[in-house]
Formats: sequence, structure tokens, C-alpha cells
Amino acid sequence: MTFLGIPPFPEAARTALGDTQLRHNLAHATATIRGKRAAVVAEVPEWEELRLAGAAIKDNTLRHLDEHLVRLERSLTERGVTVHWATDAAEACDTIGRIARSHGITEVVKVKSMATQEIGLNEALAAQGVTAWETDLAELIVQLGDDLPSHILVPAIHRNRAEIREIFRARMDTAGPELTDEPADLAAAARRHLRQKFLSAKMAVSGANFAVADSGTLVVVESEGNGRMCLTLPEVLVSVVGIEKVVPTWSDLDVFLQLLPRSSTGERMNPYTSTWSGVTAGDGPQEMHVILLDNGRTRALADEIGRQALRCIRCSACLNVCPVYERTGGHAYGSVYPGPIGAILNPLLNGVGADAQTDSLPYASSLCGACFDACPVRIDIPEVLVHLRAEVVDARRGARPHAEAVAMKAAAWTLGKSGRLRFAQRVSALFSRLGRRRLPGGRRAIARLPWPGSLWTDARDLPAPPRESFRRWWQRHERS
Amino acid sequence: MSARDQVLAAVRAAIRDSRSPDVEVPTGYRTSGRVPDPVGLFVERVADYRAAVRQCSEAELRGAIGDALADAKTVAVPDGFPYPVDGVALSDPHAAEAVVTTAAVGIASTGTVVLDHGPGQGPRLFSLLPDIHVCVVRRDQIVPGVPDAVARLDPLRAQTWISGPSATSDIELDRVEGVHGPRNLRVIVVSR
Repeated sequence: MTFLGIPPFPEAARTALGDTQLRHNLAHATATIRGKRAAVVAEVPEWEELRLAGAAIKDNTLRHLDEHLVRLERSLTERGVTVHWATDAAEACDTIGRIARSHGITEVVKVKSMATQEIGLNEALAAQGVTAWETDLAELIVQLGDDLPSHILVPAIHRNRAEIREIFRARMDTAGPELTDEPADLAAAARRHLRQKFLSAKMAVSGANFAVADSGTLVVVESEGNGRMCLTLPEVLVSVVGIEKVVPTWSDLDVFLQLLPRSSTGERMNPYTSTWSGVTAGDGPQEMHVILLDNGRTRALADEIGRQALRCIRCSACLNVCPVYERTGGHAYGSVYPGPIGAILNPLLNGVGADAQTDSLPYASSLCGACFDACPVRIDIPEVLVHLRAEVVDARRGARPHAEAVAMKAAAWTLGKSGRLRFAQRVSALFSRLGRRRLPGGRRAIARLPWPGSLWTDARDLPAPPRESFRRWWQRHERS
Repeated sequence: MSARDQVLAAVRAAIRDSRSPDVEVPTGYRTSGRVPDPVGLFVERVADYRAAVRQCSEAELRGAIGDALADAKTVAVPDGFPYPVDGVALSDPHAAEAVVTTAAVGIASTGTVVLDHGPGQGPRLFSLLPDIHVCVVRRDQIVPGVPDAVARLDPLRAQTWISGPSATSDIELDRVEGVHGPRNLRVIVVSR
């Protein structure tokens, strides 16, 4: 689920920050969606209660996840669905490839799904001689552009209309030179391109936003109608469902079908929601498979603080409000799950201490808390980030100490005895003269230090130490 | 050990030691947010999606359906559609320019029509392939909010929840109506 060859976050972020087109595209898109979300959330007076309900339902479900999964399996089986289980990505991809080959199928159409992105399904199917066509517009833009997704909801958010026109002209047979960069024109080109694929496809692969244990109902939430096409027209349907997608009862959906669209696209309701409970005679696919996917979820479940990340309904509200994501974009996170949720989900799914890229993610945050406020299921992302930072530090003890660790040790030694602190404060007062620059509010700052201090002062001001420490000041005033 | 046994064993090992008790799920959201005029709100919110919406009496319905199909040459009519459709050639849904259906539920707060694909609504592809979808909703099918709709609907039936015409915001987050589903949604609210 990690993109190959993406460096740790600080390095990847530096590259992204240098791309002014990317920053412009992202600033425009995230500002638009933030405004839309805020307006439709403000319309719901019981929003906070819905958030509490969503979090409570998910937490209760996770605490008895084994029972709900067994019940879901039984409900699906009773309604004509073949249930498969997969411990990891490779098992899930193998199962899907086997189903395709058993029917002699070499082309499948896909509904946009994070789970299939996570397991790298398209690449795995290609290796088995099966072509997977993305049918969501943004996924199609990413696929045709040989690109990587950079947002959970709008994977091509980093592309503007002119770039998309160029990709379509180069790679789409239904896009002629007369194609304009009007979004309506571009959408119409995609409609023509995909209609034939929908009508001829024998097999579709989907994810599911929710899986209802007691009725065996799967739910797919979408906008364009490509999902409905995939769920209705082919003969065989395979749905990849993460084990955390289960909710106990149908009535639980009344919370999530309110929380998800308003948080995600900033609409009162998304254009299309499809629900189905197994095979319906004479309507839609007559052969159905569901793959229940672990792929690291049980690892996350075992972490009592990190577990709350499994409440996530993949709305992407946390990305849109994050000051870090807005500036770096999604590729810097090196995963199909970018942004604040990615910064906790990737380490929780992969485990910390295994690779430097994953371990860098919990630090990709200023801990401002905007993500927690926006999260429709109240995942306390800052809390999990801090928890994971501690895990990363623990996992890396014994390795060559970082400059930060050395500095922290020195600080601990200095602060440990009042005499040492007094001495350090006297020394630092000598440096107050270096503060030649005024910060807003009148405080003096050091603008430039020699190396290694320049690593800090190249990008930030360093507030100058005061001429007198508080303890000296107190002693003087106590006497008078 | 099968993958099923491995996953379930890992789940059980992960939750074995969790001591926190189940929390109570607040349900106040189900009764708050009542609306005085659900039909009026429904009409307003359907129109917000740039769908056409019109209210009429049962006596006016024949004319209203005719008006909604004025720019279509062919129409698909599902089995059990209870109202007269005339003046337009009948066709199967693969070739028709338009389709007329009834609905199971209308949701006021979100401007949504829900099809459960019973009589008069056709199998799912009926309301998907044609470019114009005319949907007739009875006043008494309109409920105030999402919880009321969920309570009224049967989970064992395949459902399609429709809120405005097919749309995408995938290009610079600008909303564009009309990608793969019907580009025109016309809702008729009929009183009786």
C-alpha cells in the first residue's frame, strides 16, 4: 500500500512545496470543498450528536468484531454470495484473479474503492493477464496519466482542467483535438469512453462503504453513476470489503448516510447510493463474491489508542482542513491514504519501526487539531499521532541517536539540577545581543546562525534569549 | 489454518484484552430536526440539485408526465407503472431516451428519491441507462429525514438512492451534472 520509491515525508514534502502549479491547484480545491462542507454541516443542528453516535457504533462494533464478521458471512452466504477471506493484499488479489480466470475474463471494470487501491489490485491483475478499467472520473485521470492518487475522494485533485485535457487527448480514443478544458466537456468525453466498457464488461470489482451484518447488505456511495453501471450490468461482481467496514444493523446506516456525504463532497446527499443484499433474481449480477480483507487491520485493532482509526469512513474531510496537506498534497505521504488519516493509518496498518518512510508520517503534522474537529466519527488524530511518535522513538532506540534525541538528553541533564539550569541561563543571556531583528510583538530574534544552527534559521526566526532569566528577575524583585 | 481462521484468530487476539465497556449510542438525532412542511422542503431541496421538480394533483398527472417527456422520442415504462404514459413511443431501457418510474420513499431534508425496484420502478438498469429519468413520488411517500427513510425501507430489497442528476466534482471540485447516469432528473410530486 506504500508507493515504491517515495522518500520519507520531509524530503517528499520539500519537492512538493517547490511545485507552484500543484500548490495552486490544491489551495483552490481544498478551499472550495471546505466551504461546501461547512455550509451543509451547519445546516444540521444535531451534527455533534450524529458524530457521537457514529463513533459509538463503530467502537462497539470493533469490540465484538469477530461476532459481527461471522454474522455478516452467514447473512451473505444465505443470500447467494460466496464469501472469501484474505489475510493480506496478495491473497485478496489472487482470489480476484482466480475468479476472473475461472470465467475466461480478461477485462474487468472497477468502482472507485480505497481497499482495491490499498491492495494494488490493478497491477496484480495485470500480472495475471487481466486488465482493470477504472471508471470513476478522477481514477480514470490518474490511470490514463500513469499517475498516483493524491486524495481519498478526488484522487486527481492535484491536476487542473488543462492538464486533464492533455491526458485525455493523449490517451483516450474518444477525445479528439476539439476537446476543450471545460469540465462538462471532459466529463462527456469520459462518458463516451466508458459506456462501451460498461455494456461489454462481464465482471466488476467494487469496494463497499458499509457492510451490514444482520442483513448482508453492502452499500456503495458515489456521484457519477459509474458505480451503478458496474454494480448492475456485469454478470459477476466481486466486492473487496475491509473487515472494519461492518456495521451491526441496517438502522445504523441512518447515522452514516448523514455523516458521510456532508463530510465528503459537502453535499446533503451524494447523487447515488446503491444497496444490495446478495443476488436479486433477474436484476444485476447473478454471481457475487465478497472478500473480507485484513491486511494490517487486526494489527491496528490490537493498538488500544490507535484502534479508533478503524472508525474511518474514508470521507477525506481531514485532508481538506489540514494545513500540511493543503501545502504538500497527497503524494508526499507515499500511500493511497494521505493526509492526517494517512499519517496514522499507514503506521497502524504497516507497523512502526519497519521502514523510514512509514515512521516519518506521524511527524507530518503540526498537531493543530483541525482534523479532529472535522472528523465525522471523532477520530482523535492528534492523540494517535503523539502516541505513534512515542512508538517510533521506542522502535528506534539503540539505533544511531538523532540530533533531536541528543538535544533532548542534554536538556534533560540541564533541567535536572537547579545549578545547571542557572549556569545555562547565564550563558544564554550572553547571546541575547545577537537578537538584531524584531518579531511582531517586539521580541528580538536571531536571524542567522552559523551551521548547524543555520538548519533552523534558514527557514525560521530564532527568538533571542532574554537578557535576564525569570529567576534572576524574581530574585531582584523579591529583595526590593 | 485457513485465511478465515487466521483473520478471526487475529481479531480475537486483538480485542481479548480490551477492558473498555460498550458505550451507549445516542439516538436523539432520530427525533430532532423535525420539519413543519416536508413536502415543501423536499421540492426545494430536489430543485437545489438542478433537477426539475413539479407538484400536481392526480388529475393533472397525465399532463405532467407528458410535459416531462416532451423532449424524448422514446420512453421505457417498467411493469406495474400505475399511471398513463402517452404520446411517446415505447422502447426497452437500452435504447430509450427516457424512463418513467415510481419511487418507494422521498427524503425531504436531502431531496432524495429512493427506489426499491418494486412494481413501477423496474430493475436497476431501467433508471440508469436512459438520459432522462422522470420519477413520480406520492406526497405520502415523503418523509422528513434520513432516519425515517431507513426505518421505512426493507434492507433485503436492492435500493437506489437518487439525489439529483448524475454528477462529478472530480475536476477542480467544480460540480458538473451528467456523467454516466441520467443527465436529467425530473421529479413529479403527486397528491391524492
